[in-house]
Amino acid sequence: MWKFIFKRVFALIPVIIGVTLIVFFIMSLSPGDPAKMILGDEASPEAVQLLRQEMGLDDPLLIQYSRYMYNAIQGDMGLSYKSKKPVTEEIWARFPNTIKLTLTAMTLAVIISLPLGIIAAVRQNSFFDGFSMLLALFGVSMPPFWFGLLLILFFSLKLGWFPSSGSESLKSIVLPSVALGFLHMASIARTTRSSMLEVIRQDYIRTARSKGLSYSSVIRKHALKNALIPTITVVGLQVGVLLGGAVIVETVFAWPGVGRLMVQSIMGRDIPMVMGCIILFATGFTIVNLIVDLLYGFIDPRIRSMYT
Amino acid sequence: MSEHTTTAPIPTLEIKNLVVEYRTEDGIVHAVNGLDLRIEKGKTLGLVGETGAGKTTTGLAILRLVAQPPGVIVDGSIHLNGENLLMKSEKEMEKIRGKQVSMIFQDPMTSLNPVTRVEDQIAEVIELHEHLSWNESLAKARDMLELVGIPGERGVDYPHQFSGGMKQRVVIAIALACSPQLLISDEPTTALDVTIQAQVLQLMKNLREKYQMSMLMITHDLGIVVEICDLVSIMYAGRVVEHGSLEDIFNNTRHPYTEGLFNSLPNLEDRKAKLKPIKGLMPDPSNLPPGCAFCPRCDYAMEICHTDKPGKVYRTEDHFVECHLYSEQNIGEKVIGK
Ligand SMILES: Nc1ncnc2c1ncn2[C@@H]1O[C@H](COP(=O)(O)OP(=O)(O)O)[C@@H](O)[C@H]1O
Ligand SMILES: [Mg+2]
Repeated sequence: MWKFIFKRVFALIPVIIGVTLIVFFIMSLSPGDPAKMILGDEASPEAVQLLRQEMGLDDPLLIQYSRYMYNAIQGDMGLSYKSKKPVTEEIWARFPNTIKLTLTAMTLAVIISLPLGIIAAVRQNSFFDGFSMLLALFGVSMPPFWFGLLLILFFSLKLGWFPSSGSESLKSIVLPSVALGFLHMASIARTTRSSMLEVIRQDYIRTARSKGLSYSSVIRKHALKNALIPTITVVGLQVGVLLGGAVIVETVFAWPGVGRLMVQSIMGRDIPMVMGCIILFATGFTIVNLIVDLLYGFIDPRIRSMYT
Repeated sequence: MSEHTTTAPIPTLEIKNLVVEYRTEDGIVHAVNGLDLRIEKGKTLGLVGETGAGKTTTGLAILRLVAQPPGVIVDGSIHLNGENLLMKSEKEMEKIRGKQVSMIFQDPMTSLNPVTRVEDQIAEVIELHEHLSWNESLAKARDMLELVGIPGERGVDYPHQFSGGMKQRVVIAIALACSPQLLISDEPTTALDVTIQAQVLQLMKNLREKYQMSMLMITHDLGIVVEICDLVSIMYAGRVVEHGSLEDIFNNTRHPYTEGLFNSLPNLEDRKAKLKPIKGLMPDPSNLPPGCAFCPRCDYAMEICHTDKPGKVYRTEDHFVECHLYSEQNIGEKVIGK
């Protein structure tokens, strides 16, 4: 087990290197001189040149990248071009907000979509089944930014129930987490339904029935755990989409999280800040996937025996 | 045979005129078409037939577990110890399943829940019917494992850690955990290696003695029938076309289909006939011929066979055949296989 975890954490290294390398190069290719950006338009060419030398901007890209990573490993991700504050400080200040938003959205999605998918499968072709799958179809088809705007339009501008932006009150998390969670609710419900349908056709369900268990206890005791295996996979894969969605939803609702910070930094070409955000997202994604894999083994003994 | 019912003891299982259909989008599959079966207490009946004959459907119908939809039990009666199961509510059936009637399914590889410990899967049925605490049920589950030849401490393992033969032993342990009166075994050894087959069969024989069970042994293997059965029903396209004791079926074969089954067996003793498989295939059960279902494949088919369904002709009190070749007059002699 520990060996497995260690191996997975180790595998994180090439992922981080790959992601940062790509982002670093893309950001360097984009037009605009960071030194000029830091000093402002009125700065003399000499001052700009001096700063460029100081920052090592004239060195080959690979050297610049290595220097950046060397510092980053030690926890120094540089200063934001814009605020002139350390990148890590700025990110950590916003990180709890992103966690709060994604966790709420995910919990919301799982709580609603699991029963939805299960009942839809057990009552296949019923009205409930049709209705919930239609809902799910809406969910996967609607981009979260658009759905977010609809929510704002209706629930804050028209009805005035919830604030449309910010994170001051408890109420303010409602709309962004619904906007973000809806998409996941849809895909989790669909996966749960289809894996449940698959599972209830299996022989071991018939065996369980032949023991004299009622249909509902067969679903609860035998079908559910098996049906959850594909669902957990999807939840894990969805974390990537969820983080991507968080970037958009945070921007739409002016939610002060890392996603919004990243968008603002990209607009302002704040390279160190963008790098910091990306590294955080990439690491977060891989760690969540590791947790999902472990969860997988927790449920399925066949997988568990592969770990050891 | 109708006069005997008053004095004869009530049979463990008596099926009359069972009709089961699968109503699918592509048409109605006539899986079981007026099947009659009778198993006296403590006896084992072999239900023999090719794949698709409706054997599994018959077994599932007894437990009222035919997949629904698309399956529908259209007609007939299934009496267990004199009570019609088709009249029972679902709640009543839940008390019967696993307690009075158990079923062993065809494929042990897929019959067990992959994410549940083996002992839990056995204990579950014990807890349900014997009203024991979970710990008592677990203890009994381990006893059951020992009984089928698996060390009790292996109970904490999961199905994937067991071989096919061991899984089938577990399935047997589940089926027998509450000492049922009737055990339905649906090709219990088909999926196993030959050497394992013999072991499992021997185990089933021993346990049948121990529990004094009646048994419905579904198989397509006449070798197993000889091993374990008292009576044999030969099933074709959802009907019993010949029924009798081992002696009747093996030495006084009447139906051309039964004859065909023997001829397609390699090296069965005292049968010199060369290996001769039955020509053609089982008719499509969603499109059965109007006359005898076997007639398109029958070497003895006559004109009447194409248009009329044959009725039962009794050779002895037990042994009957459904075939136009026979009448009250000539049933004593064998007109086929000359
Ligand atoms: N769930 C089902 N839906 C539709 N047809 C089925 C289903 N189960 C069995 N059948 C059909 O019913 C017929 C009898 O099947 P079965 O009882 O499994 O036969 P056997 O066990 O003798 O091989 C076959 O033609 C089979 O295709
Ligand atoms: Mg079968």
